[in-house]
Amino acid sequence: MTTDKTQPTAVSEAQGGATAPRTTLLRVLTAAGGAAAVASTFLAWTWTAEFPGDLTVYGYPGGLQLLTLVLGIATGVFALAALDLKGLRWLTPSGSTQALRMLALGTFAVTWFTVISIAVDLDGLVNLEPGGWIAAVVTAVPVATTFLLPDDSRQLRRPKELPSWAEILIIAAVFALGLYVVNYGIQTDADHPEPFIGYLIAVGFAAVALVKAGLVSRISELTSAYRSTTLVAALITAIVFPFFQDKSSFTELGVNIAIFATVALGLNIVVGLAGLLDLGYVAFLGVGAYTAALVSGSTASTLDVRFPFWAAVITGGVVSLIFGVVIGAPTLRLRGDYLAIVTLGFGEIFRLAMLNLDGTSGPSVTNGPDGIPNIPPLEIFGFNFNDDHSFAGLSLDSNGNYYLLMLLVTILVVLIFSRAGNSRIGRAWVAIREDETAATAMGINGFRVKLIAFALGATLAGVAGAVWAHFQSTVVPEQYVFAGPVPPNSTFLVAAVILGGMGTIGGPLLGATLLYLIPKKLEFLQDYQLLAFGIALILLMRFRPEGIVPNRRQQLEYHETGQLDVPGATGLKDGAVGVTKAEA
Amino acid sequence: MTTTTTSPVLTATGVTMRFGGLTAVRSVNLEVHPGEIVGLIGPNGAGKTTFFNCLTGLYVPTEGSVAYRGTVLPPKPHLVTQAGIARTFQNIRLFANMTVLENVLVGRHTRTKEGLWSALLRGPGFKRAEAASKTRAMELLEFIGLADKADHLSRNLPYGEQRKLEIARALASDPGLLLLDEPTAGMNPQETRATEELVFAIRDLGTAVLVIEHDMRFIFNLCDRVAVLVQGEKLIEGTSDVVQSDERVVAAYLGTPFEGAPGAEEAAEVEAAEAGATTGATPDEAQRGTTARTEDGQ
Ligand SMILES: Nc1ncnc2c1ncn2[C@@H]1O[C@H](COP(=O)(O)OP(=O)(O)O)[C@@H](O)[C@H]1O
Ligand SMILES: [Mg+2]
Repeated sequence: MTTDKTQPTAVSEAQGGATAPRTTLLRVLTAAGGAAAVASTFLAWTWTAEFPGDLTVYGYPGGLQLLTLVLGIATGVFALAALDLKGLRWLTPSGSTQALRMLALGTFAVTWFTVISIAVDLDGLVNLEPGGWIAAVVTAVPVATTFLLPDDSRQLRRPKELPSWAEILIIAAVFALGLYVVNYGIQTDADHPEPFIGYLIAVGFAAVALVKAGLVSRISELTSAYRSTTLVAALITAIVFPFFQDKSSFTELGVNIAIFATVALGLNIVVGLAGLLDLGYVAFLGVGAYTAALVSGSTASTLDVRFPFWAAVITGGVVSLIFGVVIGAPTLRLRGDYLAIVTLGFGEIFRLAMLNLDGTSGPSVTNGPDGIPNIPPLEIFGFNFNDDHSFAGLSLDSNGNYYLLMLLVTILVVLIFSRAGNSRIGRAWVAIREDETAATAMGINGFRVKLIAFALGATLAGVAGAVWAHFQSTVVPEQYVFAGPVPPNSTFLVAAVILGGMGTIGGPLLGATLLYLIPKKLEFLQDYQLLAFGIALILLMRFRPEGIVPNRRQQLEYHETGQLDVPGATGLKDGAVGVTKAEA
Repeated sequence: MTTTTTSPVLTATGVTMRFGGLTAVRSVNLEVHPGEIVGLIGPNGAGKTTFFNCLTGLYVPTEGSVAYRGTVLPPKPHLVTQAGIARTFQNIRLFANMTVLENVLVGRHTRTKEGLWSALLRGPGFKRAEAASKTRAMELLEFIGLADKADHLSRNLPYGEQRKLEIARALASDPGLLLLDEPTAGMNPQETRATEELVFAIRDLGTAVLVIEHDMRFIFNLCDRVAVLVQGEKLIEGTSDVVQSDERVVAAYLGTPFEGAPGAEEAAEVEAAEAGATTGATPDEAQRGTTARTEDGQ
């Protein structure tokens, strides 16, 4: 085994030799460009406060200028790190140029987006103050200089040993920063699309920059070294989220995101681990929701019972489980795409059945299109979920209560996913997904193992549905469609899993968050949501088929050249893998 | 040689496999005894892999039955493996995106029974079973010499190591009989030699081996007994010497046309054609020798 340490792109200067004067000059110019961009945000960019965010004030930045400010600072600081300034070198463990390019591009994109929106929204370039022109020009400078810089990507540089309290502090800081960034996005003004688009541009470029600089790898090293600390930090971050929201509607966004993210994660067991394409997953959510609504004691319910919440949740889960087994048992004996077709059909049948069980077309169970409204608010141990509560001076409204409850369900599903995935049964799922024939020949009862995955997925959806019904206080059939403009629908869930990354925990959570938040914030998109979905998925399949958060396995699968985990392996393209499915 | 007193690990009786009009395997009888290495040879398309698939339940044989240690096996792959027959594939079928260790752990599936609940609750029993599986899997990787690559993705292994890993994965189910389908295909001579040693080592661990192979040197070095399959029928079965010197085997490999069933007339024709040239055992004698051995086995 020859371990080839030298990177073809790494110029020797990166290893500490003398830096070419031209490179130094370009880096200085980049830093100056970043500083100029920062300075420009202190100027007025337009004369009227009609443009969202009030960019009219000299002296302090506002609205979209803040994004230029932050990215400008980042460009400057990373450029200084590239200049080997003492104390900043930790910023670029795997090279500075590519990160700088991304930051410079991000600054440029956000600024130009702002300036162009001002011109378009307010009808004409005359609406730009000199500050806007200056910003547009100075942010172009770092783009030019960074693209002239030589690429200095290298293998991850070993970081300095830090005391463990410092490393734990870093983890805490990362989560705090993450919470801030998410909060910023959630709290952008939903009446105007500009701030949120700017936010997406900025976050997108900054995220790529952090990956390129190697900071993301560095942080994932830290988080895997301090697993329990990371879990606690994640938990605290998630718990404090509702306390930071100044509007109830923001917390409501949080609840919905938590629900859809949880459902997407449940679907990921079925799709990502076991490789079963379930196109009617939303129906299981519906089964749970309807069951919980029927036993909730709602005045509109045809059942005259009132279960306590825990019993309603269990009932929802169990009924979903039964439906899962009934659908799965005949279908999972067959191979391949039958399941996709049957689940697609089940999804539609469920919706139609709920519509028709109205007492005229069929037995009276669900009130047809009116659904089951007036689901009474939850009450657990005398804690009414519709009232405001305050703990230690922090107050929590109804949405906050449901958010924390939903968070509990999310944690449960995350736990189930990671424990099941990392066990004998989880390995059997992945084996079935990889090669069903070989898996059965290794002694795996394919049908049984697939049925367990399918039923587990259905149960988790049922549990989430039960909580959702109480949160919404109503269930109607039209929420459970195959594809539609508002989540949850099966397409949304499958897309969240694929976009985020199949087989991972973070993927569906992130995917569902993005897919839910983006249409919510960009109302103009709603009419075109399905079109945008389609385009986004096509682009994704072309450029990043493994999803945003790649599973280590998939990343290798789609990017052969990666060889991430085999330091010295020589290429093996002799068809060793390509022929697998040829013959039993 | 073999212990002829013990009952056979594998008894295939009259196994026939038809695909529409094509009879890929025609009433083949075969026995494998504990501690034996048996070879299965025959030209391409002779039905060797199909026969393996019938033995392991991947195909449901049209006629005939397969018994393991006297118990007739249902034609379900996972039950066959559970009973104690493990196999490798002619075209490597590893779980490409799982690590080397995970591949072997999947092979342990039938010998462990921790289900979903135990995985979710993670009691002491689960942890113990998981640790035991890992230990056993690492032992096997040690045995085939891949322990240092336990964390690599199996797709990233060189071809020869992938074949070895398939063997380790099959051994993980603690089989009494291991079926190897062309284990040295695509290997260079050194690797082939190493595989030969590996098969002997497996036999010494108490696992009987039935191996399909084209490499004659490999087969005749290795096997206590060799069966020859031609056009779905067992032509002859016997010790290496017997099979090696059989005219019909030579003819089958040289590609002399066999029309339909390789009946006695054709054999006789081939015989006649080359009668003067060869010394060695006449086919008749070979046949008798084989029959004698089979009877020995019972
Ligand atoms: N699933 C199948 N359907 C139809 N024909 C098959 C199938 N599997 C194998 N065969 C045929 O059976 C014959 C024997 O094939 P095989 O067992 O692969 O030969 P060998 O392994 O000896 O080279 C071939 O003619 C092949 O085409
Ligand atoms: Mg074959």
